[in-house]
Amino acid sequence: MADKRLRILVAKPGLDGHDRGAKIIARALRDSGFEVVYTGLHQTPEMIAEAAVQEDVDAVGLSILSGAHMTLFPEVVRLLRERGGEDIVVFGGGIIPDDDAKKLKQIGVKEIFTPGASTEDIVKWVRENVQPRA
Amino acid sequence: MSDKRRWLETTYAQGVLRPARFSTVSDMEIEPLYSPDDVKGSYDDALGEPGEYPYTRGIYGSMYRGRLWTMRQFAGFGLAEDTNARFHFLLSQGQDGLSTAFDMPTLMGYDADHERALGEVGREGVSVTAIDDMMRLFDGIALDRVTTSMTVNCSASVLLAMYLVAAERNGIPWERIGGTIQNDMLKEFIAQKEWICPPRPSLRIVTDMIEFCARKAPRWHPVSISGYHIREAGSTAVQELAFTIADGICYVEAALERGLGVDEFAPRLSFFWNIHNDFLEEVAKLRAARRMWARIMKERFGAKDPRSMMLRAHAQTAGASLTAQQPLNNVVRVAIQALAGVLGGVQSLHTNSMDETLALPTEQAVTVALRTQQIIAEETGVANTIDPIGGSYAVEALTERFEREAMGYIGRIDDLGGMIRAIETGYPQREIAESAFVYQRQLEQGIKSVVGVNKYVVPEEIPIATLKIDPAIEEKQIQRVRKIRRERNSTAVKEALGRVAEACRSGENLMEPICEAVRRQATVGEICDVFRSEFGVYKDPGWI
Repeated sequence: MADKRLRILVAKPGLDGHDRGAKIIARALRDSGFEVVYTGLHQTPEMIAEAAVQEDVDAVGLSILSGAHMTLFPEVVRLLRERGGEDIVVFGGGIIPDDDAKKLKQIGVKEIFTPGASTEDIVKWVRENVQPRA
Repeated sequence: MSDKRRWLETTYAQGVLRPARFSTVSDMEIEPLYSPDDVKGSYDDALGEPGEYPYTRGIYGSMYRGRLWTMRQFAGFGLAEDTNARFHFLLSQGQDGLSTAFDMPTLMGYDADHERALGEVGREGVSVTAIDDMMRLFDGIALDRVTTSMTVNCSASVLLAMYLVAAERNGIPWERIGGTIQNDMLKEFIAQKEWICPPRPSLRIVTDMIEFCARKAPRWHPVSISGYHIREAGSTAVQELAFTIADGICYVEAALERGLGVDEFAPRLSFFWNIHNDFLEEVAKLRAARRMWARIMKERFGAKDPRSMMLRAHAQTAGASLTAQQPLNNVVRVAIQALAGVLGGVQSLHTNSMDETLALPTEQAVTVALRTQQIIAEETGVANTIDPIGGSYAVEALTERFEREAMGYIGRIDDLGGMIRAIETGYPQREIAESAFVYQRQLEQGIKSVVGVNKYVVPEEIPIATLKIDPAIEEKQIQRVRKIRRERNSTAVKEALGRVAEACRSGENLMEPICEAVRRQATVGEICDVFRSEFGVYKDPGWI
């Protein structure tokens, strides 16, 4: 069977409007052959989980720079589980201190990228860590 | 005539060049040498003396020999009393103007207890929900003596009303308060992306505020036309300049359409620039901006008052230029950027703190940032003479190039039907996203260098202490909001909100009704809800 193209939801939770990173990542993933859905700004965890399930994506990439990651990331993970998306890989990026990143990984965020991460690193990580969902 | 061509072909050609792309941060290619041939304009026409048209060399006759720039550090976090304490600290350290950072819910027009505020209260700025918070925020600060800048946009009308009511309660008449509210909605749609309603009603609210301030608070700057966020979103320096001046044109047109005379409001317009790492590019941008604005105001809008032609500017060093890696290096970046701002002739300046890619700054980091400005002012000697790098062939040639290229963009925006139309079609947004992507690529390919990120990388980072925001703040602020709602006269609030809604519909200036709602303790969220229901809600088109 031919490889199914991976579908990735790039999402911006929270109220901040810093979408420079999210857009660059979305475009880099798309240019690397993934199907990318970008939510646009100001999404609630509900909107993100809903979109992920509806769009039948394999992974969700969350971008946040408002400092609210410890509230919003766990909520996205919880809602995905609740809606049958527990096998959707969640990863994220933004201004996220190391201690917070460790805690987020414990509750099910698979990877956290911080300032300085290159789009190549992120594309490579997605290739290696995201499989098409059954 | 200098014989630059001969020199290029002979002496210069004999040398071996470094394998580098000689271009600015924005990737504008730079020539090996600038000579008199590269500068086209005459001294009188293109430069003029300081304080004289077209203000290329500075807007004031005495510039920093008369008065140094205002050192204005942006601050805000937690509850109003936390930020109030930081304000008192900064004033005690020799800072001379205040600048307020609000938290995301306040900036987006939500109360602390709104579900969308979850996890964001007091986190990247101070939470202000009702007039009591504003009173606490400026407690013990003489509002008629200190000038205040408030960085807020889509909910700016409410925050300005709160500031006015706070002054009123302290017995200070509106004519005596001075300061600036950012209130630049056009750049929100273009870059910073904090909005409530669609572009057209947003512009109407801004215009109401310009009109209101011209009549009732004449020392207040009702809009700070901002390139800062455009640049942070990834634009080039030319795009920052062009889109910002085009935004300014749009506000002037809106105020003229309202029936104001150009010289009635234009002297109170101000600008806000980003200062990135590329020294010559930044100085040229600031000088070109002054010349362009002067010419546009005089020639396009027929301004007569010289103050209408003067581009007053605040600047902030570029947040996006700071690195999380080797954060102490940021002190150096900020110092060089600040020097470019000063040599570019700004009226006030914020220097970023070294730790701002990691968190809000600590008191120690803020102090170093403020001291950086004080060292430039007191020790380097650059404030002794006016526009000391004016007349440099490179600076003047680049200034002309910035003006030419930015006017090209402005022509395209005019052709599209003006900035509102351009925004609706996504033109500036796409241009910026494209530049951001190109820059990221160049960084990853090593065409552009950032020390500590793609050059001179060290495996281990020195951890620096960062400011932590207590999560209990959110609950405390939520309780405060609920208490206000319980104790105020809810019929009076409802009535006042009804009047705001009526003004939305009738076209009456919104500011007086908003002030009245604020006096009756209506909250930021409640007043912005009126905008939401009357004007509709804008959704991000999500262009990649």
